[in-house]
Amino acid sequence: MDLSIFLIQCLNSLQYGLLLFLVAMGLTLIFGIMGVINLAHGSFYMIGAYMAYALSPLVANAFGGGFFSVLVIGLVLAVILGYFLEWAFFSFLYDRDHLQQVLMTYGLILVFEELRSLLVGDDVHGVQPPDFLAGVIPLGDVMTYPVYRLFISAVCLLLALGMYYIFTRTRLGMMIRAGSTNREMVQSLGIDIKLLYRIVFAAGVALAAVAGMISAPVSTVYPGMGGQVLIICFVVVVIGGIGSIRGAFLAAMLIGFVDTFGKVLLPEAAGVLVYVLMALILLWKPDGLFKTS
Amino acid sequence: MKLFKTTLIAAAILGFSTASFAEDAKPLKVGLMLPATGTFAALGTAIENGFKLYTKEQGDKLAGRPIEFVKVDDESDPAKATDNVNKLIKGDNVDVLIGTVHSGVAMAMAKAAKESGTILIVPNAGAQAVTGPMCAPNIFRSSFSNWQPGYAMGEVVAQKGHKKVVTITWKYAAGDESVQGFKDGFTKSGGEVIKELNLPFPNVEFQALLTEIAALKPDAVYTFFAGGGAVKFVKDYKAAGLKDSIPLYGAGFLTDGTLEAQGGDGEGLLTTLHYADKLDNAKDKAFRTAYNDAYKMQPDVYAVQGYDAAQILKVGLDAVQGDVSKKAEFAAAVEAAKFDSPRGEFTLSKAHNPVQDIYLREAKGLENPAVSVASKALADPAKGCSLK
Repeated sequence: MDLSIFLIQCLNSLQYGLLLFLVAMGLTLIFGIMGVINLAHGSFYMIGAYMAYALSPLVANAFGGGFFSVLVIGLVLAVILGYFLEWAFFSFLYDRDHLQQVLMTYGLILVFEELRSLLVGDDVHGVQPPDFLAGVIPLGDVMTYPVYRLFISAVCLLLALGMYYIFTRTRLGMMIRAGSTNREMVQSLGIDIKLLYRIVFAAGVALAAVAGMISAPVSTVYPGMGGQVLIICFVVVVIGGIGSIRGAFLAAMLIGFVDTFGKVLLPEAAGVLVYVLMALILLWKPDGLFKTS
Repeated sequence: MKLFKTTLIAAAILGFSTASFAEDAKPLKVGLMLPATGTFAALGTAIENGFKLYTKEQGDKLAGRPIEFVKVDDESDPAKATDNVNKLIKGDNVDVLIGTVHSGVAMAMAKAAKESGTILIVPNAGAQAVTGPMCAPNIFRSSFSNWQPGYAMGEVVAQKGHKKVVTITWKYAAGDESVQGFKDGFTKSGGEVIKELNLPFPNVEFQALLTEIAALKPDAVYTFFAGGGAVKFVKDYKAAGLKDSIPLYGAGFLTDGTLEAQGGDGEGLLTTLHYADKLDNAKDKAFRTAYNDAYKMQPDVYAVQGYDAAQILKVGLDAVQGDVSKKAEFAAAVEAAKFDSPRGEFTLSKAHNPVQDIYLREAKGLENPAVSVASKALADPAKGCSLK
């Protein structure tokens, strides 16, 4: 492997890692901070991707189109969905054991998949990136790199920094962190923990949906896409340490590199390398790289 | 005059069917085990539509027996396949089994059919083993084997003057078999496969392997992907700037039902398959019109395979007067028959896989019109089949 190819593969790894982080961020919020095993996270990702596909023509009719207006409308819808789901279902799960959480969120997967089938059908769909991001940058003599992929990476970095800032530097972040450590204590200090959790959950759903919407032009939109994403997200969250944003970021990067170079250097083992990595890290640090609290 | 003729024929059919109804009123139970939900739901529907279009043309009767359908949704889940197929064979006592799309499920069906002796017609799944080691006098396939489109493309790519080729596919049976077919066809004509790239099914993160292709700089790339993976691969291949410098060839599923989602990135791709758009034959034109009238949509390759499954069944049943227990005569009649299919005429090999023309198609707009016949009357080698 010569140097230029090696550097392009590094870029691929970074790019894939950032994409993973974007999708896993919402899961680490809900799983880590609220302690709910949310198998339906992949469905929220899928809903986002299908919104990017289905909303574009509607938005084009109503407001004359625009990539960012689709994004904003999708974001608002996702927040509303998250808020509603927390109120209707998830708020009953905090004190239940993990088996019941798994059962209910698995049920939600089935419901969302079936609704998707009824509303949009079972076909595969492509989503075009916006014109101003549709270009490519030449790399080496044969390859080009789509600008849109770099745009995704930039969005991931911005979101990561934003999340980090909210969690460590703001009052809201402090309340959320306190709530994850001791729910009752926070409540007794006069903070509406129910509302707080509802906001966190809505944010988690919105993050997954935004990840789906942003990655739709590169990932394409197809039935069952949520299931694939869900497993790798759990790997990211578990390697990173449950509830740790910093850990999730590092884990996503690590997986990005292991997966990319694994496919090239050890193709026979490409399917298991990521899981071997997880097993090794858990042997070394049973709580993941960064355990919170 | 014409009216008189039709009335006569109608009267004859009516007379014939009432006569046979009197002696053998027992309906023929056809077990349809197809996906009705999940990723392959649309394919299952097309197969069922095609099958029923043919039986409707036959007056809802085959060999004088009225048809009764028993349907099971196989969910494309191999884990449930054995239970589902046994439900049809032992629970419902079906005379004939039709199914399915997913190769893993089809293998379970072939195993059960081999044990019970029930007639099975596979209307899609291309797994080699169905007409290879698992082949049996009562097992038939109306579609293709994964090897066939790959082999035909191997010959085409060699004819185009390409010497060094890289293959890329998912690491699973269908991908491996398709690539093996390509290698057989390509190396026979003097080509060399310099690298076989794989990624785990159904992973769609292609970027690392596309970079690898750019580094290897082969003359061409052969690929087997289907569905969502096919859409993403074609788009990523274009976005990586490879489409113009390294020509991409594939098994037909790369551009079948995926062109719209590929949003123009699939334009001009050459693929091989046993069916194509705009085939210049009367049967296909009539089939497309009838299908469109009945279901208000255009048929695809899956509908053709369903239609032909029913044709195979009719030929066999006619030879045994509807008595499915006469398996040897059923098989002999099917092996001797020539099927007038929308894809063109085909026969069945001793292993009961279609011996058929494989078309070279070029993606144009939302269609895959045939450019030429890539391989005439191509038969699968049927490795491991004892019926040869």
